[in-house]
Amino acid sequence: MEMIYRFLELLPFSMFQYDFMKNAFLAAILIAPLFALLGTMAVNNKMAFFSDALGHSAFTGIGLGVLLGLDDPLLAMLAFGIFLGLVITKVKSANMVSSDTVISVFSSAALALGIVILSASGGFAKYSSYLIGDILTVGQGDLRVIAVVLIIAYLLWALLYNQLLLLSVNRSLAASRGVKVMLVENIFVMMVAVAVMVSIRWVGILMINSLLILPAAAARNITGTTRSYHWTATVFGLVSSVVGLGISYTFGTSAGATMVLAAAVLFFLTYFIGKSRK
Amino acid sequence: MSNGIHNSCGLCSIEMKNITVISGEDTLLENVNLTFHCGELTALIGKNGAGKTTLLRTLLGERNYKGSISFTDHHGTVLPVPRIGYVPQHLDFDKSMPVSVSDFIAAAKGGRAVWFGKNKKMKETIQKMLEEMDCGYLADRRLGALSGGELQRVLLALATDPVPDLLVLDEPVSGVDMAGLDLFYKRVTELRDKQHMAVLLVSHDLGLIRQYADKVVLLDKTVVAEGEADEVFATEAFKEAFGFHSGEVTAWK
Repeated sequence: MEMIYRFLELLPFSMFQYDFMKNAFLAAILIAPLFALLGTMAVNNKMAFFSDALGHSAFTGIGLGVLLGLDDPLLAMLAFGIFLGLVITKVKSANMVSSDTVISVFSSAALALGIVILSASGGFAKYSSYLIGDILTVGQGDLRVIAVVLIIAYLLWALLYNQLLLLSVNRSLAASRGVKVMLVENIFVMMVAVAVMVSIRWVGILMINSLLILPAAAARNITGTTRSYHWTATVFGLVSSVVGLGISYTFGTSAGATMVLAAAVLFFLTYFIGKSRK
Repeated sequence: MSNGIHNSCGLCSIEMKNITVISGEDTLLENVNLTFHCGELTALIGKNGAGKTTLLRTLLGERNYKGSISFTDHHGTVLPVPRIGYVPQHLDFDKSMPVSVSDFIAAAKGGRAVWFGKNKKMKETIQKMLEEMDCGYLADRRLGALSGGELQRVLLALATDPVPDLLVLDEPVSGVDMAGLDLFYKRVTELRDKQHMAVLLVSHDLGLIRQYADKVVLLDKTVVAEGEADEVFATEAFKEAFGFHSGEVTAWK
């Protein structure tokens, strides 16, 4: 850790004179590839709305954590996020109601429940920082958690990606090639839930989904193969996070929102580049 | 006209015994008994909601069922699961997805995750597979940019590699022109004869069925008629399901 810190101090950026900026920078470059990776598949599967719902459900997770008297609500958030993700997937597969309706119902219910719990237990104001996040409060322990999640995500991605891709093209075809459809789908949902929950405190409930969707959406504008899609999304994620963090340091703006804005600029640029190519 | 079993060893077959599928309160399939022999093209017909799709899903292992499905290979050994090659009706995936034809095939064949990139051997294998279906030029195209006919050929190439015990074609020609259609069925019958695989075809095109199917199964929750095309087309059950007699099929065609 000390070595990484010292290396960052060697860089000619004034923000690296502060330890909290070093931590924020490290968090940004760990979260960005994680979200880019998961985002490529979330966009393929048209799950933008779903991941948005997961983000909203964080409030209920925090609320449950408070009710249970936990010091750190992360475990409750993880548990509730995974639970909600699996339930939505289950209800969706039963095909009773249109899936955006299902997601909307769960999303609003989870958000409302969270706010009710949090506002009951002594004022909502102290939790409002979760709305836009604060990446400057990342500590070394948090960095370790994010790093572990990133490594596990890459491992699962190496093992399961082909099956996920097949699944996003056609479920029955995937089943005919021996893919355990439900299992693989549930693992992916859990991955998204974990990624969202471990980083939501830094990025913010309102911004988390954009960070997942925008780099992948921007990469889609200009790529035609799976490999270039992935690596372009990862680079876009890294660039928008680092540039966003730098700008937010300079102008004192919210880091999460500035990163998302940077990613949005990339989206519009690539959109016009993609259009002019066709 | 139907022309019997082609190059069948007479031993290997996929057998569905007393298959019942229930979803909630609805019985989707009831007591279905069917056998698919190798080298035989079976056409599955029936009106909408008769359970054709459910039957395919059951075979593919996507549905819970009562009863048994077994597969006997040409040594007479009974195996629990047949290898199934599946050509879906259509792919309702996001057409703008950045996935090339070779990405898609590589993913289906397993091995290294395709976002790492493909090795040379995999690329060659895919090229060969596609060329056998006369569509080698499609390897680097985006999957979402293919025409209906091109997509069907890619899917058929994939479904027949590795050679399946049962090839399942779900209304495989929607959005394909007549020439492409002919080519597709020629290729399917060729596969049936040379690789002596069992083929199950779901289709509404009675003309094509009469031309290519060895056996026709009329489904309405259960098997209501079974036999050569003309026999089945002459039954009352067929008339009820399709609203006309076989004599009219030709005229309608």
